[in-house]
Amino acid sequence: MSGHSTYVPKSAIGRWFESRLPIMGLIHSSFVAYPTPRNLNYWWTFGGILSVMLVVQILTGIVLVMHYTPHVDYAFNSVEHIMRDVNWGWMLRYTHANGASMFFVAVYIHMLRGLYYGSYKAPREVLWILGVIIYLLMMATGFMGYVLPWGQMSFWGATVITNLFSAIPLVGESITTWLWGGYSVDNPTLNRFFSLHYLLPFMIAGVVVLHVWALHVVGQNNPDGVEVKNVARDTLPFTPYATIKDGFAMVCFMIFFAWWVFYVPNYLGHADNYIEANPLSTPSHIVPEWYYLPFYAILRAVPSKLGGVMAMFSAILVLCFLPWLDTSRVRSAKYRPVYKVFFWLFVATAVGLGYLGAMPAEGGYVLASRLLAVYYFAFFLVVMPLLGLFETPRAVPASIADAVLKNAHSAKA
Amino acid sequence: MIRLKTLGLAALLAAATALPAAAQHEHETKTPVRQSWSFAGPFGTFDRGELQRGFHVFREVCSNCHSAKALAFRNLAQPGGPEFSEAQVRALAAEYKVQDGPGDDGKMFERPARPADHFPSNYPNPEAAKAVLGAAPPDMSVLAKARSYSRGFPLFLVDPFIQYQEHGVDYIYSLIALGYTDDKDPNANQYFPGGHIAMAKPLSDGQVEYTDGSPETVEQYTHDVAAYLMWMAEPKLEERKKTGFKVMAFLILFAGLLFFAKKRVWAKAHGQDHA
Repeated sequence: MSGHSTYVPKSAIGRWFESRLPIMGLIHSSFVAYPTPRNLNYWWTFGGILSVMLVVQILTGIVLVMHYTPHVDYAFNSVEHIMRDVNWGWMLRYTHANGASMFFVAVYIHMLRGLYYGSYKAPREVLWILGVIIYLLMMATGFMGYVLPWGQMSFWGATVITNLFSAIPLVGESITTWLWGGYSVDNPTLNRFFSLHYLLPFMIAGVVVLHVWALHVVGQNNPDGVEVKNVARDTLPFTPYATIKDGFAMVCFMIFFAWWVFYVPNYLGHADNYIEANPLSTPSHIVPEWYYLPFYAILRAVPSKLGGVMAMFSAILVLCFLPWLDTSRVRSAKYRPVYKVFFWLFVATAVGLGYLGAMPAEGGYVLASRLLAVYYFAFFLVVMPLLGLFETPRAVPASIADAVLKNAHSAKA
Repeated sequence: MIRLKTLGLAALLAAATALPAAAQHEHETKTPVRQSWSFAGPFGTFDRGELQRGFHVFREVCSNCHSAKALAFRNLAQPGGPEFSEAQVRALAAEYKVQDGPGDDGKMFERPARPADHFPSNYPNPEAAKAVLGAAPPDMSVLAKARSYSRGFPLFLVDPFIQYQEHGVDYIYSLIALGYTDDKDPNANQYFPGGHIAMAKPLSDGQVEYTDGSPETVEQYTHDVAAYLMWMAEPKLEERKKTGFKVMAFLILFAGLLFFAKKRVWAKAHGQDHA
């Protein structure tokens, strides 16, 4: 997608078609000739892995829909029908359910990689914000998908999360009723969540196209955070170099994925979701899925409901402002010794918030959530702006080729 | 710098381990005792004899109060389950009556069950069961997956890697075989959250007759019926684990080939430009 295509079709039919719709040229320039920085490490393979996960989720989802019934009286049983009577139904469902978790594992690695190597910095601001939009859409999709089996956690999770909107002053109650399609989570809610759960992945796919387009305009960031200066020296063509490396990483990720699907398929779910939804019986402990837990902890850390909801949404929206909050001249944490420490503290904070989100909101847990939530926001709003002004970065290599050569020499020595 | 990082992590770990201790002052529900199960682990399979005995206990005891709506009689003959013969399943189904219809006269009628029918419940709905029993017994179809217990930090992080997935059956075993220790109160149970369960002690020694010479004890009954419940909740467990091995073997081989292909491709790159 960058620059003029160098693709020349070999056959007469190919040339005839290419002069009418240059789609092969587009594919060639995007996935064959596209120059990739030669110093990319394996953390850069997660973009490709995420594309594969999106396809896996859409394909398994389409087949599951053929056997699923979105109705409060039949949904739970139709899932059991898939598990028992549909050929390979258990594999489709476990792949889809664990696939959602794997999707989030990959996206969190992808985002943290961006955070570590400063991939959000100019000129990649739009690329980064498109990524945040994809992440938001993923969260909405995952949440609505978890409601569909209509177990106890589906129902009560949906009740808790939709109730958050009632915290909005004046119009909150009306918005919640509008979301529910009634006065509680019920059949209309299940139906619309099903419809939206089918729609949103295609919207994700659309934003992914924009994300990849933006990527191919500005080019990839790289572990040293210096821009490509000499295409011949600093880059390698996408095929075969990135293709084979991404392919190897994808298969390794699939091994990890298969472990959950075939050996511990219910570990990442909640046992209560194998109990059919019952509006009259509230589970003693309502928890969302693991990938929402850090935000759930932030929500519960704030004593006021509206404040909690605002803190939770701000925790995600703050990411959009990252390109302007970071004042550092140097991109990569590789050359930012102090930032590196704050970064790993941030990772530990996010993991800690995740743990606290799964614990009951009482006593020491709440206090710990508050402390960690403060650091979560301070990292973006205080550390990021100030560190760029006070930190003395290490010397950045003149070019990507220099960085690779230096590594090669030090490895030999 | 690295020291700072480890310090931060150590502080976090210390906080994480200290917190649960602070929160453990509710009631003393005991942690279920882990049992040995033939279906655990990557190569686990069900023991046919155990599933057949377990079904026997389920049928004679549990199903008097509990329903199992997802179970069809035909499932009992399917591979990976108790594997009763087709004839046995036909005969078994015929012992039950199910409602069918409407017939040509527009009325519903009763007929003997066929293998395709689902296992009939003793009560038409949970409310009817509650009216008679005092509480609605949970449906048993996926009960073994609907029950669990917290392993706590850090064991819960280890479980996916040691493939511990038998939380449900360990809980059920502990509840039934070990939990009823109060002779005065038949509803007291050490493993039930809150300590008091609506179901009085359901099994006693010698209650169900075994024809294969297995001991007729509460421990044996409970182990058998818990294994049976696991099968009923996850009838494709064997197929899943067998498929998993093939998938894993393929993926690991494929990854190995790709690794060497990648090394070869990239060796060229390093040679070209830096020589």
